[in-house]
Amino acid sequence: MSARLRGYAIFAAVALLVLVVAPAVLPPFRLDELAKYLCFAIAALGIGLAWGQGGMLTLGQGVFFGLGGYAMAMYLKLHDAGGDLPDFMTWSGVEKLPALWKPFADPAFAIAMVVVLPVAIATLLGLLVFRQRVRGAYFAILTQALAAAFTILLVGRQGLTGGTNGLTNFYDFFGRDPEADGTQRLTYFVTAGVLGVLYLAARQLVKSRFGRLLVAVRDGEDRVRFLGYNPATVKTVAFAVSAGMAGIAGALFVPVVGIISPSLLGVVPSLELVVAVAVGGRYALAGAVLGAVVMNYAKTSFSEQWAGGWLYLEGALFILVMTLAPKGAVGLYEQARDALARRRRTPEPAAPAPQQETQEVPA
Amino acid sequence: MEPLLNQLPIGLSIGAVLLLIALGLTFTFGQMGVINMAHGEFIMAGSYTAYMLQSRAGGEAVIVALPVAFAVAGALGWLLERLAVRHFYGRPLDTLLLTWGVSLVLQQAARDIFGAPNVQVVAPSWLTGRVTLLGGSLPYARLFIMGLAAACVVGVWAYLNRSRQGRRMRAVMQNRELAAVSGVATGRVDQLTFFIGSGLAGVAGVALTLIGPVGPSIGTYYIVDAFLVVVAGGLGQLRGAVIAAVALGMLNSFAEFWTDASLAKVIVFVVIVAFLQVRPQGLFVLRSRRLT
Repeated sequence: MSARLRGYAIFAAVALLVLVVAPAVLPPFRLDELAKYLCFAIAALGIGLAWGQGGMLTLGQGVFFGLGGYAMAMYLKLHDAGGDLPDFMTWSGVEKLPALWKPFADPAFAIAMVVVLPVAIATLLGLLVFRQRVRGAYFAILTQALAAAFTILLVGRQGLTGGTNGLTNFYDFFGRDPEADGTQRLTYFVTAGVLGVLYLAARQLVKSRFGRLLVAVRDGEDRVRFLGYNPATVKTVAFAVSAGMAGIAGALFVPVVGIISPSLLGVVPSLELVVAVAVGGRYALAGAVLGAVVMNYAKTSFSEQWAGGWLYLEGALFILVMTLAPKGAVGLYEQARDALARRRRTPEPAAPAPQQETQEVPA
Repeated sequence: MEPLLNQLPIGLSIGAVLLLIALGLTFTFGQMGVINMAHGEFIMAGSYTAYMLQSRAGGEAVIVALPVAFAVAGALGWLLERLAVRHFYGRPLDTLLLTWGVSLVLQQAARDIFGAPNVQVVAPSWLTGRVTLLGGSLPYARLFIMGLAAACVVGVWAYLNRSRQGRRMRAVMQNRELAAVSGVATGRVDQLTFFIGSGLAGVAGVALTLIGPVGPSIGTYYIVDAFLVVVAGGLGQLRGAVIAAVALGMLNSFAEFWTDASLAKVIVFVVIVAFLQVRPQGLFVLRSRRLT
């Protein structure tokens, strides 16, 4: 009971910090940056669910992030063009609006696609792969190959996707100027709100019967199968949910940062998301969120000082975390707490030991 | 018809490069369950070794560069195994992330030592020129790489099947615990496996200098495809790696011919997923009674 209360208290405190203190204290530029980190945190939350709880190391979350981002960006581009071709298409010599783009002129369709596309692709891949009991490293490699193929496809189809530059230069975000401070503030609050809601939902999911089953599949897939459950279904659902979260994150990223491009969603950005989750603590959803915010903050502030140094630091940090604290920062706190509790308890065992003996005799 | 035939030697040479890279991976991944993301950086180490030697001693030094690169990359791999990987056995997914951290550091180190721009390696004079083969024209360098890949396969096969050390390696691969109780020093076998697997990456790195410039991220272009070769071929399976590498090389080349480079990778991915529907564990499977 008290642990539960404390959990809510921490959540409320963080919510207060994010929703009240940060907007009051931070200058607009930094607030916008925080919004970007929160977008990554949403994607990281999905990884925490799929990897931390479900044991599926997904190295292709960038793909789902990208699908959500591009769906949103396509709508914004079409809206800006106002019936004409989007600017980049004219530059690359496209004369007619491709059929793929047409439905995205409808905002409702585009927003639906933000979730539907990633979930559909993840479900399809999950069903095909998990049903055949392809797992562990194989799955990780496949998702990484998917991320590689996806970025190459995006870069190669210049006329359809904007190529390496991606989609950028948005002038109208649902009737507002996306560069204005007010809009930036609004998108910040929306992002923070979405993160909060998704976090609570994911937490509920983890605590539910499904969540127990997911952890069971992670720890002993064959045992779960022997108990009569189908691990493939459990994994596919978790993978699809995490893909949907990445899609939402990508869609929010577009108005917050003003661009979506292949370099944001390839093999390396996908891995960096996983890194952030590992550093924060993969077994706790809060760890995933914390890791994403802190790692991206560290990356930005460190790269501002010494661009090359970040890679050394990231690599070294990662080696250290994987070797010394595989449970990440949150796990480190738990490790320390347990060690402290053990030290407090050490002087006591002399007294209760005989009591236990007397209890066991009548039994 | 002629341009179609042209793709055949191109596919073969892509396959040869993939095979050279995957050969080392199939050792470390298949045998030890270690997903070595730093394998690409061992390739890079081999490439830069060739660059250092050949820029001093001329293109002919490629013959010297091969064993030196093997030793350099092998030593790097051995160090990685000793310092980090050996604490991670039984946690394959964690090794993936660990070695990725190593690969980040190595890439940045290469950028700081050799500079971020690509460098051109002096090619040996006897490898310039082309030969007409199977209706297509092929540079001698590509032919050399195919020969090198074939030689490496033969070498690895002989090592695995004809040497004591290779037999121990196979024993550890098939059943680590049983090998250990039979008196095989599994830790030493692991070290050697990592040395050889990484050394082969160095050889692949020298081969890559013959067909293109060398840069700090040279390894990353090939590593994903090489992992796919291991997945499709089956873990630790020499035959599987050979067939899968050639097939993947062909598929790449023909898919690029029929569509374009951007769609080819997607086609390869779809084919691999479809293939795993039929053979979820790759072409050849090591039979075992082990339940995960």
